Amino acid sequence: MSPLISLQDVGVEINHQKILSQISLTINANEITTILGPNGAGKSTLIKVVLGLMSPTTGTVTRAPNLTIGYVPQSINFNPALPITVGRFMHLNRQLTKSAVKQILALVKADHLIDEAMQQLSGGELQRVLLAQAIAKQPQLLILDEPAQGVDVNGQVLLYDLIANTRVQLKCGVLMVSHDLDLVMKNANKIICLNHTICCTGTPAAVANDPAFMTLFNRGAK
Amino acid sequence: MIALLLPCLCAGLCLSLITGPLGTFVVWRRMSYFGDTLSHAALLGIAFGFLFHINLFYAIIFITLILAFGLIWLESQKQLSVDTLLGILAHSALSLGLVVISLMKDIRVDLIGYLFGDLLSVTWEDLYQIITGVALVGAILLWRWNDFLYITVSEELAFSNGINIPLTKLILTILLALTIGISMKFVGALIITSLLIIPAATAKYYANSPEKMALFAIILGMLSILGGLCFSLFYDTPTGPSVVLSNTALFFITLLIIKIRSIIKTKLTIKGNAVVKK
Repeated sequence: MSPLISLQDVGVEINHQKILSQISLTINANEITTILGPNGAGKSTLIKVVLGLMSPTTGTVTRAPNLTIGYVPQSINFNPALPITVGRFMHLNRQLTKSAVKQILALVKADHLIDEAMQQLSGGELQRVLLAQAIAKQPQLLILDEPAQGVDVNGQVLLYDLIANTRVQLKCGVLMVSHDLDLVMKNANKIICLNHTICCTGTPAAVANDPAFMTLFNRGAK
Repeated sequence: MIALLLPCLCAGLCLSLITGPLGTFVVWRRMSYFGDTLSHAALLGIAFGFLFHINLFYAIIFITLILAFGLIWLESQKQLSVDTLLGILAHSALSLGLVVISLMKDIRVDLIGYLFGDLLSVTWEDLYQIITGVALVGAILLWRWNDFLYITVSEELAFSNGINIPLTKLILTILLALTIGISMKFVGALIITSLLIIPAATAKYYANSPEKMALFAIILGMLSILGGLCFSLFYDTPTGPSVVLSNTALFFITLLIIKIRSIIKTKLTIKGNAVVKK
């Protein structure tokens, strides 16, 4: 099966600073790929390149034809002057019918929030609604940028379960950035350790024993 | 009397149809300084209109559009922050306009009229121009409403849903420039921004959806046009500022209503709790 997206030798420079260099990776359908790395390692930049929000300075990005991508951003700051309910937010995607919105919100356990203002949601609720808008168009690839940030522990477990379920139901590829090592080790099929360039990559078990991974996360002592 | 008042009343009500919804975007996207810059540039348009003997209406629209494109280009350079650039452009355009006007010795320009507008000078011919402009801006606004809202909520999400971000932003900017160009003669360069912002800000307190906020902004704008015109007529005050002040009055009345409502609510809950305790 051909990959959904492949990056060849991608490098990104912003204001003459190398953010990413020599990144080559492929993302396949029905697989959860997780990017791990310290702050400032270029994780969000890599996500933007994959999304197409940013074009790389060097290298090439190849997408499967007509690839649909669902995106869950780190967070959205809603202007308090913009009155918008969860339902209206979902309907920004104009193809969705009323019943479809209800169905998708129920899928992420957020159907009771439909008349709630977006600004009133808790961190976990907001991330679930953002996940709902991403999966609403049944994407072939789901991209999440630190989806569990600002979410309490129970919410995090629920969120990762929802992501895993989504992959099974839609048979889509998942690419996400995460900080939580334990949850990542449990849920990912493939891990990419990033620190401006790819330090190591492979299955969770293989990566966990990689010396490059241990130095990056100080896990050697354990 | 009515015959004198009717065209300017129609003009004001017509303009409210687009300043309402566009004003909500100015509020949501924090573009108020942007509106100021464009309206100051409109004065430059008037100066050039006189200089080259072009119809002022088209001169204003032409200059505001040029400035809008200039802003977008400067913004993409990412060397200075946007509000700094706007500050430079706004005051340079305003000053250049005033200097050019003062250099034209053979022309006496009623500057106060252009700075603060003269709604009562609207003729039937002006009205046709306004109606055409409003119809054009309104149609594009309706057609692209969802896209505008999408990029306002999140540009990243809008992008991942296949919306062309630079194009959508450009159209919104052009609509704003057009609106300012159309309204300039009637409300004046210095206060057009307040006509965009105040009704939208007031509408926020009544609305629970973006569409309702735009609708309420239209209604509030129309009410203040009516109020301001009447006031201006009876007390012989400048029309533009009178309209703005009736907008301000509606805003503070709204704040008062919200405050009273919340006081009543807390009293009721206290009473309710007392009953429960008994």
